[in-house]
Amino acid sequence: MSKIQIPLGPQHPALKEPENFMLVLDGEQIVDATVNLGYNHRGVEKAAENRNYIQDIYLIERICGICSHSHVSCYINAVEEIAKAEVPQRAKAIRTLVAELERVHSHLLWLGVAAFELGYDTLFMYTWRDREQVLDCLEMISGNRVHYGINTIGGVRRDITKEQAEEILKKIKFLHERTSYYVGVVTEEPTFLARTQNVGKLPKDVALELNAVGPTARASGVDIDVRRDEPYFIYDQLDFKVITHNTEDVFGRAVVRVLETIESYKMIEQILKNLPEGPISVKVPWKIGPGEAVFRYEAPRGEDIHYVKANGTEYPERVKVRAPTLANFQSIPYCLKNGYLADAIITIAAIDPCMSCTDRAVVYDYKTGKKEVFDWEGLRKYSIEFYKKKGVSFK
Amino acid sequence: MDTIMPLLYIAVFPGFVFLGAYATLIQWIDRKVTAVMQNRVGPPIYQPIADFIKLISKEVVIPDNADEILFKSIPYIALASIITTIFMIPVWGTPMVSFEGDIVVIVYLLTIPTVTFFLAGWSSTSPYSTIGSMRVMTQLFGYEVPLFLSFAGCAIIAQSWSVYKISEYFTQNPLMILVNIPGFIVALLASQGKLERVPFDTPHAKNEIVGGQFTEYSGRLLGIFLLAIDIEMVVLAALINAVFLGGLHNISGFFGFAIFIIKTLVVCLILTLFKVLMARVRVDQMVKFSWKYLVPVAVIQILIDLYIRLKF
Repeated sequence: MSKIQIPLGPQHPALKEPENFMLVLDGEQIVDATVNLGYNHRGVEKAAENRNYIQDIYLIERICGICSHSHVSCYINAVEEIAKAEVPQRAKAIRTLVAELERVHSHLLWLGVAAFELGYDTLFMYTWRDREQVLDCLEMISGNRVHYGINTIGGVRRDITKEQAEEILKKIKFLHERTSYYVGVVTEEPTFLARTQNVGKLPKDVALELNAVGPTARASGVDIDVRRDEPYFIYDQLDFKVITHNTEDVFGRAVVRVLETIESYKMIEQILKNLPEGPISVKVPWKIGPGEAVFRYEAPRGEDIHYVKANGTEYPERVKVRAPTLANFQSIPYCLKNGYLADAIITIAAIDPCMSCTDRAVVYDYKTGKKEVFDWEGLRKYSIEFYKKKGVSFK
Repeated sequence: MDTIMPLLYIAVFPGFVFLGAYATLIQWIDRKVTAVMQNRVGPPIYQPIADFIKLISKEVVIPDNADEILFKSIPYIALASIITTIFMIPVWGTPMVSFEGDIVVIVYLLTIPTVTFFLAGWSSTSPYSTIGSMRVMTQLFGYEVPLFLSFAGCAIIAQSWSVYKISEYFTQNPLMILVNIPGFIVALLASQGKLERVPFDTPHAKNEIVGGQFTEYSGRLLGIFLLAIDIEMVVLAALINAVFLGGLHNISGFFGFAIFIIKTLVVCLILTLFKVLMARVRVDQMVKFSWKYLVPVAVIQILIDLYIRLKF
């Protein structure tokens, strides 16, 4: 049997966003795999430079539909560091609460997607039904289900009342029960085990070498978590475990995520029971800087890094986003190689990819077949030229 | 009259019209029960018919590289071979055709659709359908042997290779149904593989290889294929009912038919339960499972049947 090349994407039923994986197959076995990014590039970083710091909050929130709070918190923390703003404790607590609710919603969503990729539609329906509860909590706090818009520079925009806290605790208790049941499904259901154990192996040394982050790294036994290693918000006051697993496969990633969800429930209870009193925001001037800051944030998918450079005006000079998926993508070709075609999808899904967060564009000259990556100055020059041709002048 | 009646049998009952109607009903029940178990609302009762009409009215696209005659004729061959099977299975009183060895003919006729699925994928020449058809063939080697072995167990204990006589035997000796429970379970699991349903739906696993062997099929041809698969489920349920559960219990007329409907529905509900409870396995795991568990159980079943046959 000769080798055949199968394109997985950009249009494929299993992929939620356009992305291309070229698989070279020998029968059912994958001999070689390449990842092609760039179908979803939106130029958020460039757009952020044309908006002021407040407008950027809403732009950056839309980098990702799942970890919207993560990106915006990461950005805001960097900005507050430059502005030297003292954020009140209550605001920090509310941010932490939303962050953990978001982690719950992201992990339950992932479990559903993973089950769907395995053809296990029942688990998919169950987890997404229960996920509605946590979305209801988020809607109650912020008014929105996905893009919460709760952060603002110097604090948060909405306070939490006592009744809301009680309602959230009630829903979290229900979710805790349901998730304990899913722990049983993930660790005991024979077909689920057959499809996830020893699939997409990523040994610890390779995971470190390829800079895997988040649950992907923790499932390979790498003990990293920004929440513990470099605490932000009020994580230093919370009592939680960093979940690691040593099976180094998709099964480990599933277990890490489900157990992390349970840790999140514990954290949410701690936050709501000891919610500090006080104001929820402080005033921060419009013009910030000059200065620069990098912030690391543990998003549900892994470590998110934002770099902000301020130049003393109300517009940032540079915002750089390193989404967790970009770090985890490096490990995908390694995980896919020597696996089966049937496992390709779950291997890709196991890192919980978010393509639109991570996409960068490459300039490809189809006449010469040359690929080129722009540096910053080049891109700037190119875009100015591009707009000049369209009649937009820059002074 | 002598020529009209067989034609009515073939066209209306228990042939094409009845099978088509019952298959769409079974498909609806399958979908509705799945939906209820998965906490969804599920489709309305006319949904399968609406789907079928929609597919029939759509354009048929044939790939440039495909063999046109083969590509177009395969769905009809699949449908015809499945409908032929029902004439040897008791639905209303005695079956239309019954002779020693018809169970072998039935198993042979039920293999033809699988071969047509393979040809469908292979003649489409797209990489997804090529892989799908390879999986169809691989899976065939998994479930075909245990399915036939489990039927053979019943044939041995009833001392006949005719479906009708086997069901007659189980009607007279209802306790023997209990002896064949392991074989019954093997047959159910193997038919889940034959019908390409979860957990054995790898040939057209949509997350992996899009539509599998049917990727390039569209419109009328796809509609015929999907109808053939639905009818195959009815036929398999009827066959399992006749071979393992004593068929109609020798009751002819309306009550016999009612028994047929109830028992095939129960078999289909068990198949739905399998579908809801499990995740999809890989094709190599499926073949391994068949030869590691299903075949030994079926062989042990045959040995038990032989022992009972010789002793009692």
